[in-house]
Amino acid sequence: MSELENKIIQRAAALLTEGKVKRVVGWRKGEFIHDPSPATFETADSLKEFVYNDYCGANLSKYLVDISKKEGMTAVFLKPCDSYSFNQLIKEHRIKRENVYVIGVECQGKLAQYKLEEKGISGITAEAYDGENVVLDTLYGKETVKKSDALLDRCFSCKGKKHVVADETIVLGEPVDTTVGGRFDKVRELEAMTEEERFSFWQGQLSKCIRCNACRNVCPACSCLKCVFDNPQSGVAAKSNADSFEEQLFHIIRAFHVSGRCTDCGECSRVCPQHIPLHLLNRKFIKDIDALYGEFQAGEADEGKTPLTSYTEGDTEPNQVFNATEEK
Amino acid sequence: MTEENLIPKIGVVTDIRKDTPDVKTFRVVGTDGKKLFEHLPGQCAMVSVPGEGECMFSITSSPTNREFMEFSIKKCGCVTEVIHGLEEGQMITVRGPYGRNFPVEGDFRGKDLLFIAGGIGLAPLRSVINYVRDNRKNYGKVVVVYGARSKDDLVDIEEIRTQWVNEPDFEVYLTIDRPQEGWDGHVGFVPAYVKELGLDPNMTAVLCGPPIMIKFTLAGLLELGFKKERVYTTLELRMKCGIGKCGRCNVGNKFVCKDGPVFRMDELDELPDEY
Amino acid sequence: MIKINRTDLDRFFISISEKMPLFLPVKKAGEVNFGRYEEGTEVSLDVLKTVKSAKDFFFPQSETMMKFKKDGKNLEIVDVREEKEPFVLFGVRACDYASFAILDKVFLQEPVDTFYKSRRDAAVIFTLACGRPEESCFCKVFNIDAADPQGDVTCFLTAESLYLRANTEKGASVLSLYNKGENTDGKEVEEQQKKTREIMERLPFANLDLGKFKEENLKELFASSEWQSLSEACLGCGTCTFVCPTCQCFDIREFKTRQGVVRFRCWDSCMYSDFTQMAGANPRTTQLQRFRQRFMHKLVYFPSQYGGTFSCVGCGRCVTKCPQHLNIVKVIKKLGGNND
Repeated sequence: MSELENKIIQRAAALLTEGKVKRVVGWRKGEFIHDPSPATFETADSLKEFVYNDYCGANLSKYLVDISKKEGMTAVFLKPCDSYSFNQLIKEHRIKRENVYVIGVECQGKLAQYKLEEKGISGITAEAYDGENVVLDTLYGKETVKKSDALLDRCFSCKGKKHVVADETIVLGEPVDTTVGGRFDKVRELEAMTEEERFSFWQGQLSKCIRCNACRNVCPACSCLKCVFDNPQSGVAAKSNADSFEEQLFHIIRAFHVSGRCTDCGECSRVCPQHIPLHLLNRKFIKDIDALYGEFQAGEADEGKTPLTSYTEGDTEPNQVFNATEEK
Repeated sequence: MTEENLIPKIGVVTDIRKDTPDVKTFRVVGTDGKKLFEHLPGQCAMVSVPGEGECMFSITSSPTNREFMEFSIKKCGCVTEVIHGLEEGQMITVRGPYGRNFPVEGDFRGKDLLFIAGGIGLAPLRSVINYVRDNRKNYGKVVVVYGARSKDDLVDIEEIRTQWVNEPDFEVYLTIDRPQEGWDGHVGFVPAYVKELGLDPNMTAVLCGPPIMIKFTLAGLLELGFKKERVYTTLELRMKCGIGKCGRCNVGNKFVCKDGPVFRMDELDELPDEY
Repeated sequence: MIKINRTDLDRFFISISEKMPLFLPVKKAGEVNFGRYEEGTEVSLDVLKTVKSAKDFFFPQSETMMKFKKDGKNLEIVDVREEKEPFVLFGVRACDYASFAILDKVFLQEPVDTFYKSRRDAAVIFTLACGRPEESCFCKVFNIDAADPQGDVTCFLTAESLYLRANTEKGASVLSLYNKGENTDGKEVEEQQKKTREIMERLPFANLDLGKFKEENLKELFASSEWQSLSEACLGCGTCTFVCPTCQCFDIREFKTRQGVVRFRCWDSCMYSDFTQMAGANPRTTQLQRFRQRFMHKLVYFPSQYGGTFSCVGCGRCVTKCPQHLNIVKVIKKLGGNND
């Protein structure tokens, strides 16, 4: 067990035993190292299943929408990027802040199992860390992978190691810079394409969509009680993509709906079974908002006005939006 | 090998009768004027107004009716609302029959029968009751206990008052939930009425109505000494295919559309409580 | 047995695809899924599992069932079914092939689902033995031999060659479309099979205990308190059901067009909140209930309905694809008493 994990579990145990909180929201051990699940712990004894490792990428914020309405205090462990989502949900009055005790935890970047798969590594039986490397025992021999090669895409655009909301923090090590290039590099790359190229890029990606709704259901910004795509009365309810128009419609409408509220937590891309880089749609909106209304990071504050929900006389006219972004 | 292509038949609505403020009974025949298909009491059919949805309804008319089928439908959702807006002559689609019927030619033969219904719950029972009336000699005494919120909510009251009550060895007990002007009959809920009546526990009972009524009536019957093995009911769950494939109406190891909708109470005891 | 060099595979695929549509694992936009072969297609036979299973070919995610034309009070049904032309489904792994038998139980039992049957009859299936099982694989638990799947033709892939063994006349006749294969006794194949079977024994989930999942334990398993923690992280998405080769629940829906009404069916998921929604009631209102339904169906209800066959083939797709790492293995271990 790492020192960090040990500290976290001890803190959770103390909070539960002292009766300061009724439950702790964290991650539960899986069958392997790479498959922990979000979980609630109500007794110190149950914490023997608690885990905090390099695969705890899951953002726990959205679970608090329901859990914070339960009776009693809930402690939650949030990584820096999760804290943005939490704050945004506070701002949207989705979480009862007074019922939650937030513990910010250190994050040095989280790993994606599928990145190992992509490298052809399979049959993993054991996993260990050796400095910057992950060393894997597999049924087909030993493999060594640089940790930075197996990071979740979101970590390459890390928003920083600061928790924007926390009642206390558990941070032991010096932060590691996991960023590679600029946050909007890939968006710029797409913008630089011709319309046909861009269309074919997205068509290729979105045609893989199986409409499982994992992106929507995991998204902290998708907190509607009843999604329009689930409402038979909406006329757009659909469980499968009947054609390429529908598969694009779903994702583009979703991107529109979360724009200005999306904190760029990257959960959509993490959970997509077909690895569609959905975060790029959201990031395009973020880039445009930055360009048109001034830099804005959703979730940085838990109150105050936001570019798309406030009006100023100097606001960009809708018909200028396209040209304005083109020039940037 | 029977092939089910899930493709329905076209039916024509030839008569619409307004039974209660929110229940209408629709008479349906094929485009050739003949009955669409044969069924057994308790079986269901998928009725649809294309473009508005498709729903499972029990076939209210008796199989002994050779000319047409009837569906008594309560307005309670989008599809039923559209169906209530239908006019005579309108074409709809019907497919079926689906599901297990009441054992009218099995366990019911030669038995005294007790039918207990609440509200629209009479619809599936009407098919059996009329089947029994048309084959009167095959069955013993018949007792019907039927209740509704008010006298205006009693479905098929016309047929009950003019025909059922005149059958030999056939008792009909009606009740409404609250006193009402113009009603001199019994007032009170069905479960309590059933206990009051002190019914003979050797009868075979058939229950149909809202879940809460079923629950309390069953408890009452068991108290009177009825055996679960001789109490039948019919379930309603969301269904899409009607042939045990789409998975909607799966409860435990049963599909309501195929293994039901008719179940014995002892069979339901074997299922998880999810219906 | 016939042997074709890997370098000649394109010629082999072309010779089939000239005669009938050929579907096989294809890499597109970074992921491997079954797709139609055309010259230049990036065929990907070395990837063990396609993201989606092969069930689409018999039970597509969405299919038109019929159309309706309305004219005043009149109504006409347009039957859109047509005869399916024969096609080849190449590269089906043992687990996916076993899933067809499970789907058959549902769709081919009386009354037969004609939409499914017509596709099933039209398919010539080339299975592909596994050479490199992954840690998430547990087909062995369901007595599936990943080293020797059946089908119309069984294929074995080694570093240099593809070996093909026809099992049926249908398979042999498709094989005969290519006449440049070399006859061989298949010694290399036997070696590969032996290796694969050894690996299968050593897989982490090779010895899952299914003994508890019996009809007699239905109510006890249903009432287990473990469902709470097993399901608590469930997002209620449909990933597990949509990547699953045996999930077969569907919805029937309609949409209106200017030409009339189209009725179609599409995959549905018991994990979705509206799966059992009726006008006035819903028997499963919590995600725990929905999660429990999915696994009880696979492990208890289905076997009880279909002669003891589990509705799982151990492909492990849910193990790798669930966004929060919930899966059938965790359920089997927690409820099956195998907690080590």
